[in-house]
Amino acid sequence: MSHASKAVVLAILLGLLAASGVQALDANGQLENPVLQERFEHIAKDLRCLVCQNESIADSNAQLAGDLRRQVREMLVAGKSDDAIYQFMTDRYGEFVRFSPPLEAKTVLIWGAPFIMLLLGALIIFRVVRHRSRMPLDDEPSPGPL
Amino acid sequence: MWKFLLPFVAFVLLVVLFAFGLSPKRDIHALPSPLIGKAAPQFALTEVVDPSRIVSNADLKGQVYVLNVWGTWCVECRVEHPALLAIAQQKVVPIIGIDWSIDHGLDERDKAKNWLQQLGNPYTDVAFDKEGRTVIDWGVTAAPETFLVDGHGKVLYKYISAINDEVWQREFLPRIAAARRAGA
Repeated sequence: MSHASKAVVLAILLGLLAASGVQALDANGQLENPVLQERFEHIAKDLRCLVCQNESIADSNAQLAGDLRRQVREMLVAGKSDDAIYQFMTDRYGEFVRFSPPLEAKTVLIWGAPFIMLLLGALIIFRVVRHRSRMPLDDEPSPGPL
Repeated sequence: MWKFLLPFVAFVLLVVLFAFGLSPKRDIHALPSPLIGKAAPQFALTEVVDPSRIVSNADLKGQVYVLNVWGTWCVECRVEHPALLAIAQQKVVPIIGIDWSIDHGLDERDKAKNWLQQLGNPYTDVAFDKEGRTVIDWGVTAAPETFLVDGHGKVLYKYISAINDEVWQREFLPRIAAARRAGA
């Protein structure tokens, strides 16, 4: 998408946002309260755009992503906690909507897998090294001139 | 001994993993809806054709109904439209439409009116979701999506993408019959 058309899309989105009742936005489309804006950016990066499943709603140009950003902004302005916003999204779209799912019983394997792999790798290296150190050196000097 | 067995076991495990992961029956984009088994989100929106009327699923209590999310911008919705018309002719359940104005434009309403006039109207009522809020409440990711709700207002099933007669007979009719047998 060209810069011009991107700007048009952005302008339309901002116009819609302004029209849809979010008043606490400044001229750049950011929340006036910098603390809220920071929280907004953090949350928007952690929510999956479900139309284009590998983009976050912060990055996506899809209309639905725009609506979900509006939803997050409105909830922030309304004083909702981050947890409440994530809950709102997972209630509707499931755990899949979050890029980093919370650590709980059913997600232990996802979070633990890297450590399990690391342990497994260490174990394999340990065994190989111990095995090799027991083998005779193969670069002993040859018995004599050939 | 285990030195020879281990690669074999690893191989078998990989085969099982791939058989599951690469199975053509498994749709990696399919998302289980967290709404299944839960209360259907409430909505009260104006009717597309007659804006003076309010369409709300609160009025459907005690009835099994189908809710179909569509939009005139949605190509697959045009594909499924004849199937919806055929399903509506069977008069099994009310079909409520949600017209999703994806760009929040009001012209979607006129386009929807034209659509229904030209292609036929399978819907009992069509609610106009101008802001896209009802659509978010129902966890819709892309149109068309079709929900089945029982008489207690509980979501029984969700079908993503264009519905057709085969899906209707296989997925919807048995669930509607079961819900009615259960008195819902």
